[in-house]
Amino acid sequence: MKFLIRRVIFYVITAWAAVTLNFFIPRLLPGDPVQSLINKYQGRLSTDAIQSLYVLFGLDEKSSLWDDYVKYWTGLFKGDFGISFTYFPTPVSEVISQSLPWTLLLVGISTVLGFILGTLAGVGLGWRRGTWADGLLPVANFFSAIPYFWLGLIAISLFAVIIPIFPASGGYEGGLIPDFSADFIGSAIYHGILPALTIVISSIAGWILSMRNMMVTVSSEDYVTVAQAKGLSERKVMFGYAARNAVLPSISGFALSLGFIVGGTLVTEMVFSYPGIGFTLFQAISSKDYPLMQGIFLIITLSVLVANMVADFAYAVLDPRTRQEG
Amino acid sequence: MSVQLDPVAADPTSTATLTAVAVRSKRGRRVQFGILRNRKAMVGIVVLAIFILLAIIGPWIAPYNPDTVTPEGLQPPSPAHWLGTTATGQDILSQLLVGTRGVMLVGLTAGIVATLISVIVGVVSGFIGGIGDEILSLVSNVFLVIPALPLIIIITGLLPGAGGLTVAFVIAITGWAWGARVMRAQTLSLRKRDFVEAARANGEPLWRIVFFEIMPNLTAIIASGFIGTVIFAILSEVTLAFIGVTSISDWNWGTVLFWAQSSQALVQGAWWWFVPAGLCIAAVGTSLTLINFGIDEFVNPRLRSTAANAGVLRRKKIRARIGFTPVYRGKDIR
Repeated sequence: MKFLIRRVIFYVITAWAAVTLNFFIPRLLPGDPVQSLINKYQGRLSTDAIQSLYVLFGLDEKSSLWDDYVKYWTGLFKGDFGISFTYFPTPVSEVISQSLPWTLLLVGISTVLGFILGTLAGVGLGWRRGTWADGLLPVANFFSAIPYFWLGLIAISLFAVIIPIFPASGGYEGGLIPDFSADFIGSAIYHGILPALTIVISSIAGWILSMRNMMVTVSSEDYVTVAQAKGLSERKVMFGYAARNAVLPSISGFALSLGFIVGGTLVTEMVFSYPGIGFTLFQAISSKDYPLMQGIFLIITLSVLVANMVADFAYAVLDPRTRQEG
Repeated sequence: MSVQLDPVAADPTSTATLTAVAVRSKRGRRVQFGILRNRKAMVGIVVLAIFILLAIIGPWIAPYNPDTVTPEGLQPPSPAHWLGTTATGQDILSQLLVGTRGVMLVGLTAGIVATLISVIVGVVSGFIGGIGDEILSLVSNVFLVIPALPLIIIITGLLPGAGGLTVAFVIAITGWAWGARVMRAQTLSLRKRDFVEAARANGEPLWRIVFFEIMPNLTAIIASGFIGTVIFAILSEVTLAFIGVTSISDWNWGTVLFWAQSSQALVQGAWWWFVPAGLCIAAVGTSLTLINFGIDEFVNPRLRSTAANAGVLRRKKIRARIGFTPVYRGKDIR
């Protein structure tokens, strides 16, 4: 229990740090970004939007930094991230809530799938080390070094241009309206296959390699030898004794590298013009839509924190030592 | 870059592995320069050396000016243009050659800065303990959990026209946490070792204990942390350039891909435009990972004895498949 409380406190502090970071970054920048934005949008920004920009960048002379900070927090609790320029006058929170489900489904499913498949493959490779299976390692190694977005480019050129069996971009067929009809869901799944495959293939290699190395290390432990000597079936030794212990660092690694993976998958969305958070971020960057960028960063960070927490608790369930030592 | 290590000193684990090292050293010189005898690491070092060489001489050996626009647009590879041309007739090989320097420079700078931060934070936090340690590890854990790439995108997106070195520093500031965490764990385990206690009892000053007793034992971890950060930095930089956050007038491999993507190279089937740049990234990344595996296998004898000698084992008809560390049945060496 003590372990869980410590972790929860840690996540609260991290969330606070992320929000505060988000508050300070625009304030630490040189120059007057608001003026350049007003010039860029020439009259298309309302006075309200300009005012909210000055507040965002802390250039509002009238209020102190502390007042700004308090106002920022109260805004957050009301779900108010400001107003997006790209989708003016839609509030940032609305833009995000439209794109978030896409990302959660695509990235969530494919990341977890990549982890599970990679870990299973790693168990097999680690167990059968010194055989032909080791020949797969250089391949996995090469794939782990490929940037996600480049694999996406290759996937598009192979399966959408040269052999046109999948759509090259978008999240659903143009004419459809997002709802829960069979047509729409089918189209969404069809459009999701290629990006999901890209994410699975580029993330799987890292899990294979780390799990394989842990399997090799763990399987020379005495308790594995003992299990073997007791005459337990190979399957049982492999999964119940070796893999069960070898998977622990992989799970904590999963939690810690989530931030990295999510970063990579966001770029995959940009390549596929998939209507999720990553693509929205891409649009926000290209039109210098600061409120939207900030809102997205915050949402991504908070989602990663939640996912991290889940992975942490899974770890606590799998490893009794964490529960005891606290 | 050769990393020379004393395996006994570099080994983080306790007595069990020390015996394994003792067994190894009976085979004589193999232990010395083991990293260079590791085939994986050697391949990695050679490939990396080629790219570092290209980074130095690239701009001079580039056959064309990468910015020069010619009428020969979208030419497939030919003797005149080995990797073909872009839609505006620029030579892609020249773009890649000129861009290598930017990629390497940012990767190495970010790697060095991040490693420095992580060594300082990790060693200090592992060594002082107490509340200072709590605070420092909290800070590094926070940095670890916050997704780095979106943060880098936000910062560089807000900085107008961020060039190479700015990007390197932003990457370093967001990418040091993993190394610090590993370094702290290792320092913690070293701090209580006998040789450190002995040094303290001898009255060695603190700086000497840190630099001459602790640091040499962190060499392998520092090296692998450095390499990991360089991989992260190169991938981040290329990604930033690809999505167009950083200055698109500086050539690097990501810029090439940015132009390929924005000029619809995919739809036009201009594979020569986006395939080579990606292969370069993958080659550098693979070479760095291979070096890291070399270090890993060097530090962890279990990986080494099983992975490196797979062929030897097969010839001796030892089945490595079952869990044990393979041992000779005949001679008593344990």
